[in-house]
This record gives sequence, structure tokens and C-alpha cells, in this order.
Amino acid sequence: MTKTILEMRSITKTFPGVKALSDVNLDVREGEIHAICGENGAGKSTLMKVLSGVYPHGSYEGQIVYNGEEQHFRTIRDSERKGIVIIHQELALVPLLSIAENIFLGNEQAKGGVIDWDETRDGARKLLAMVGLNEDPDTLVTNLGLGKQQLVEIAKALSKQVQLLILDEPTASLSEKDSQALLDLLLEFKKQGITSIIISHKLNEISRIADRVTVIRDGRTIETMDTNEITEDRIITSMVGRSLEDRYPNREPKIGETILEVKDWSVYHPQHRDRQVIKNINITLRKGEVVGIAGLMGSGRTEFAMSLFGKSWGQKITGDVIMNGKKVDTSTVERAIRSGIAYATEDRKHFGLNLIDHIKHNVTIANLPGVSRWGVIDDLAELDVANDYRKKTNIRSSSVYQVTGNLSGGNQQKVVLSKWLYANPDVLILDEPTRGIDVGAKYEIYTIINQLAAQGKAILVISSEMPELLGITDRLYVMNEGRIVGEMPTSEASQEKIMRSIVRAEGKAS
Amino acid sequence: MTVQTAPTGTAADQAKSKELSFLGALQANMRDYGLLLALILIMVFFQYFTAGVLFKPVNLTNIILQNSYIIVMALGMLLVIVAGHIDLSVGSVSGFVGALAAMLMVGWRFPPEFAFLANPIVAGIICLVVGAIIGAAQGYLIAYHKIPSFIVTLAGMLIFKGLSLAILAGKSVGPFPAEFQLLSAGFIPDVIGPTTLVAASEGVQPLVLHTTTMVIAILAVVGTVFFAIRSRARRKARGYDVEPFSLFVVKNLVIAALVLFFAYMLASYRGLPNVLVVMGVLIAFFVFLTKRMTFGRRIYALGGNLKAAALSGIKTERTTFYIFAIMGALAALAGMIYAARLNSATPKAGQGLELDVIAAVFIGGASALGGVGAVAGAVIGAFIMGVMNNGMSIMGVNIDWQQMIKGVVLLAAVFFDLYNKNRSA
Repeated sequence: MTKTILEMRSITKTFPGVKALSDVNLDVREGEIHAICGENGAGKSTLMKVLSGVYPHGSYEGQIVYNGEEQHFRTIRDSERKGIVIIHQELALVPLLSIAENIFLGNEQAKGGVIDWDETRDGARKLLAMVGLNEDPDTLVTNLGLGKQQLVEIAKALSKQVQLLILDEPTASLSEKDSQALLDLLLEFKKQGITSIIISHKLNEISRIADRVTVIRDGRTIETMDTNEITEDRIITSMVGRSLEDRYPNREPKIGETILEVKDWSVYHPQHRDRQVIKNINITLRKGEVVGIAGLMGSGRTEFAMSLFGKSWGQKITGDVIMNGKKVDTSTVERAIRSGIAYATEDRKHFGLNLIDHIKHNVTIANLPGVSRWGVIDDLAELDVANDYRKKTNIRSSSVYQVTGNLSGGNQQKVVLSKWLYANPDVLILDEPTRGIDVGAKYEIYTIINQLAAQGKAILVISSEMPELLGITDRLYVMNEGRIVGEMPTSEASQEKIMRSIVRAEGKAS
Repeated sequence: MTVQTAPTGTAADQAKSKELSFLGALQANMRDYGLLLALILIMVFFQYFTAGVLFKPVNLTNIILQNSYIIVMALGMLLVIVAGHIDLSVGSVSGFVGALAAMLMVGWRFPPEFAFLANPIVAGIICLVVGAIIGAAQGYLIAYHKIPSFIVTLAGMLIFKGLSLAILAGKSVGPFPAEFQLLSAGFIPDVIGPTTLVAASEGVQPLVLHTTTMVIAILAVVGTVFFAIRSRARRKARGYDVEPFSLFVVKNLVIAALVLFFAYMLASYRGLPNVLVVMGVLIAFFVFLTKRMTFGRRIYALGGNLKAAALSGIKTERTTFYIFAIMGALAALAGMIYAARLNSATPKAGQGLELDVIAAVFIGGASALGGVGAVAGAVIGAFIMGVMNNGMSIMGVNIDWQQMIKGVVLLAAVFFDLYNKNRSA
């Protein structure tokens, strides 16, 4: 029996009006990878903030025992001094500083306030080697991809003599390849005796690397599973409190005539004039059809969708968009919306919502003329619309006057969807519609997609989760390096087949 | 759950309209009422420490005249700040336009065929257009060329400071024609005729009311209450929660009492100043613009999240451009009010006003990050600063102390606002 490194006993944390955690227990053994699962808003992040001292001792009830001693962390620095380092979902790197500067930020290799640059670079190089990142320490962080930035964060954690590494959704925005590399790294750390806590929604990753899993629901610990007990189904059952027989709702597709055709669509990179990112793409969508675009991160799916939607990405865009047999102008977002196209972004916080405003204003913003006359808004009509969509998409909030920044990820996504439903498009492009949201909310979003298709709308889903694409679409395009490299009915598709089209295309390209 | 793309309007299963609890509704609106309460407390404070001078009719009239140009500019500045920008040039632009007005009407000797340019109305229109063009030019650089507004308007501040010096050739120019002076010094005519409440007799001060002013005030109160009742009834009829009847009555009574009280004060002096009429119309329009018009809503959307607004089909660049054009026109109007009040244009006119205007908007609760702010707040913020200036001057507080106290009040207001927000979050 290995010894317990961390024990959190009966943690209760109350915010005004809400009990975020009630009587939560967590024990983590030395040298294990311990996963924490739970729906959005279940209290995972709050628990980690209690642990790392973001919520200081005294603002919660319960005990934290670490290395056999009770701890009273008042700041993050206190917990870091004991070797507990947390890496948040939103990376905390300074983009215009170098890798080395970022690694030693707040912990500068200095004597008497004067930085020793040789020491800094050497130290950084050693740490980069440990995380397997082959980059010059003087490279600016802004020039690195997200996967590499994540590794820099981990190198930074290592520089603080980490014993317990906490990662909050580390692979949420990483490509498949980068995710694998990161998970391998965690397994490597485990061999070196570093304990990790990982918060993740990706159940396949958890079942691959976790030694034990603790599930939290509604601010309570539901259970902790040992290695031999971990199965995806069991985790889901614990998370949602009921068993989800089917993760994808059933649907009888009723597919009509062609509604959208995109012909010879080419786009160049906004900064590098010579780099063609989207290469002669041709796609068609039919009424009532749900079509997926599969592909690896960086294959150009988002760039394609955004360039289509009012030239929101790229330059030197060429090609035709044909709606219902007629060529339409989609050169500005407003014209694209008027032509009947809507695009719900993959990044709802930065591109999708006004986080400081409430639900009502967010729902109507893309179709203000719908609730106004002569430029004057009818506020009761607007209230009707907002309440209507709040009910239809099942947004959980106190009222439509709740500020969207305070909603959970799933409910925020429903607000984004409501906004585009109210704009009443014929073609709806959904970019990663379920990223970072929990199983229950995912099911609700799939249901909405099905209902839209039943109304005769065409839906284009971009997703990095292949099971999701296989579960909800009728037809799939496979994209790789800016090209469509495969097309297949979903009934004939499989993860292997999709990967094969990608790999075959890569072989051809090189 | 059903998904349709057309709203079903008043659904059948709609909940019955409820009245919220008195305290709950009061708490929910504490932020809005708090600012008004602060203004009233400050006025009561100075009423006491100026031995009753503050509330003298002539002084109240003065407070309005002294702050009119700040308030006019604060309306535009509110839009600018909500959009996430700043305009440092408004003081200089208002000074420049005041100088331009003086040169058009007094300074330049036009040949007879161009003499119409010196007509106060023509000159006034030219000034407004010039202001709008200045604002539009700055807005063009900010919106379409993405130069930070701080830099563009800092440059504008220097340029127009220099330009007013240049066209005035370093001298004061005045006095203005009598018609132009009416803008700041005039009062609306008493078309109904004065009402004598207390006749002049031995040992008794006469009390004569400007009847038209009182009639306008009463009509305004009746109109406001009528619309409030109608809006409440419509909300209720559509099944939405309304504030408790008791709070509704108290709120309307307090507002009506305040309006009538100030109208009475003004009426017992010389009636409504012309500039207050201009201000009142502008304030009402800007409240409407920000609360009810799509243009206003789009400003809040782009200030709250520029990229999300652009991806929702809002023409963010054009909207920003218009905001600065409006700001320019308002700065021009303020410049004319200021010049008419001094009855001359001076090279120093308008300098530093931008800071008072920006302070008023921030005291009124606007966020420096954009997306948050209200017209009523900005107006009350301007009055808080104005009453403090006036009260401290009457008390004989030195100018050095006045500056420091105003600085502390600005900090305290913003601190209190953030504290409140953090507590509720």
C-alpha cells in the first residue's frame, strides 16, 4: 500500500447563496495519476482552488492534510512552496516574453535583483528537455502553438520543484497528437514519482492514464474508483446520476434537395500572403442534413468556416457560395447572415458572447431588426424572444437577466445556439459545439441539432471528437491541410476509415 | 422541449405576473438609486455648510448654467467610453469651435455676399458641422485604421489647442451678438404671464412665479407618470414580474417631487434657462438611444466583446465612426454654450474640460474596459462634480483643496462601484 500524499477532508465551501462544495473528500496517493470527473459546475475547479490557496484557509470548512501535516494555505505561493502547482485551463503565460523568461517568471534566476541570463537559459534548457520540448529558450511564447505552450507551463511547474501537479482540462484545446504527447509525459512523470491530479472531460484519456478516478456531482463526492473499476460507462453513470444508455439521441433523417454549394473555395493566410490555407474546397449541403467535417487540429476547418462567414478570416478569398441555386454574397458577416448562413464559434468566450451582458441581450444581438422597428427596440417583444429561447434550449439560469459570464460552459453554449437560432438561418455551421461541456449538456445540444434538421435546416458540424461526428451526422467530409480528402456517408464511416483518409492524403502530399 | 425558429410570443403556459418583494426590488436597483442618493446627500451637505445659499433659486440656476457644457459632452463621452474608447480632444475641440464661432460672428469681416455666414444661426450650424467633421476624422482613424483612440485624440487635443490659438491670434474675441448670447444667458419667455404668490409689501419679499416653467414641469411629471403606469400595465398584461406597487408609487412620487421642487426654484427666479431645455431634450434623446435603439444596443455589444459583436453581424467599424462623429458635434455645441456664457472666445477656453467630462462618466458608473455605463449615471456624475465645485466655492475652499477633494471623490466613487460588483459576484 503506497502512502497517501494528500487528503482533503469534508471540504465545504459556500458562496453567497450557493453551496459550491459540501462535504467533499479526496485522497490522493503518492505517485499516482488521479483523475477528477464531473459535469460543468459540479465543483471540480472550486475544489482545486481551495487546495491551491486561491480561496484562503478560513474561507472554507474542512481540512487539507498534505504529506501528513495539516495545511493552512493563504495564497498560491504558500501551496507552491510545498510543491503543489496548478496549471489552469486558460494558460497563464506572457505571450511577448521568451520561453525562458516565462518559466522563471516570479522566480527569476537573479542575484540582488539582477537577472543572470546564462543561468536562466541553462535552467530553461534543462527543463525543456525534461518535457521533451525542442525549442530555443529565447523563442517568444506567442510564436508557439497551444500544445507547446502547455509544455512550457509544465516546465514552469517543474522549475518550482513540483511534487503534486494539478492540470485543469489540459487537453481541451490540444490536437490529438499533442494530447497524446502530453499524456505520455504525465506517465513519464509518474515513473519519476511526481503525483498528478488531472481534471478532464475526455473519458478515453482518463481511462488510459488514470490510476484512480474521483467523481464529483453537485458539489459532493460520489465515488472514487480503483484502476480495475474504471470504465467509461461507470464514470458517466456517476457523473450524471443516471445511466445514459445512448449518448446520441436517435433521429430519422429526412433529407431534401441541395441548399448550399461552395465551389472552389480558396483562402490565404491573413499575415502570410503566399500561404494558401484553404485549397479549392467544394462541398454541398442538403436540407435536413447534418454534415460533419472531420480532421485533425490545424487542418483548416475553422479557417474554412470563418472565411465563408463574412470573410472573418484570411485574405484573397476566392470561390462561389450558392444558396438554393443562386449565387449569394457572403463578403461581410451581415450579408452572410442575410443570405441565411450562421456560424457558431468554437471559442464562445472570446468570439461568441458578450460575457458582461445578460442572456436577453446576447440572444437578440444577431437579429435586432427582429425585435425592433425603425431602429427602436420593443423591449417586451425582446423579453418574449429571450424567455422563449431560454425555455426551448433549456438554459439553466435564474432568469434571462443573468449575466452570461456567470453561466456554466454548457449553458453558455446554449445561449450562443439561441442567438443563431433566433437569426433563423437556413444553414448553421457549428464549430466544436460541445467542446468543454459535460455529458448531459452535450445530449441536449445534440437534441437541438436534430430538431433543427427536422425543420429542414442544413447543419455543418466541425468537431475534433470523432465519436461525436459518427454519432450525430448523416455524411462526413474529411479535411486535411486545407483540402477535402474524403467524403463518406456516416453509415459507412468509422474512426479507422477517417484516419486512413487523412494518412493517405499525407502520404500523397509528401 | 421543442425548437422553433419563430418566437411563440405569449405562451399559453406562461406564469402569472408576480410582484417582487419591496426590499428585494430595492436592493436590485441599489446601484442606480445609490448614485442619486449620493447627489442628494452632497446637496444637503452643502446646503447646510453654505448656510442655505446652495438652494437659493439664483444659485441653482447658476449650477445648471455652469455645468451645461460638461453634461452635453458627457452624453457623447458615455457612448465613447461604453464602446471601449476614450476622447481626450473634446476640451480642445470645444475651445476651437467656440473660437470659430467668435471669428464667424465677430472677428472676420466678410464681404457683403458672404455676410450671411455671420448670422448666429448659420454660424451655429457651421460650427456643429465642423465639430462633427472633426469627430468623424478622428473616428475614421480609430475605426478603420485601428489607431488607439487614446493616441488619435491626444494628437487632436494638441492640434485643436494650437488651432484655436492660431485663429484667435492669441487674443480674446467678443462680445457675441445678443441672439447668440441667449443660448447660455437666456430664459424661456413666460408666455402665460407671471403668477404672484406673495405681493410685495412692507418687510415682505415678493414671490412671483414664472408660470410657463411650472406648467412645463407639471406636464413633464404627468407625462412621465403616465408612461410609467402604461409600461407597468403592459408588463403585467404580458405576464412579467413587476416591482411592488408600493415601491412604484414611492419612486414616482420622489421623482415628481424632485422635479417639481427644482421647477419651483427655477420658476421663482427667472424660469427655465434656454440651455436647460437644450440639455433636457438631449438627455432624453440619449437615454432613449442607449436604452431602446438598436444603435445604442450595438455600442454596448461591441464594447462588451468586439470580436463577438463583429461575428454577430454588427458593423463595428461604422458604429465606432458614428460615435466619434456624434462626440465631435456635441463638443462643438458645448464649445458654443461655453463661449456664449463667457460672451467671448479665449485661447484658453475648453482646456482641461475633457478631464471633467471623463470624470463625470466614470463617477456615473461606466467601466473603463467598455460595455458598461448609463446616461443617467453620467448626468448625475456631472452634477455631483458641479455641485461640489459650486458648494466649495461658496464655502470659500481654496482651489488647491477643491482639486484634491474632487480627485478623492472620483477615486471613492469608482472604488465603491468595484467593491459592490465584487461583493455581488
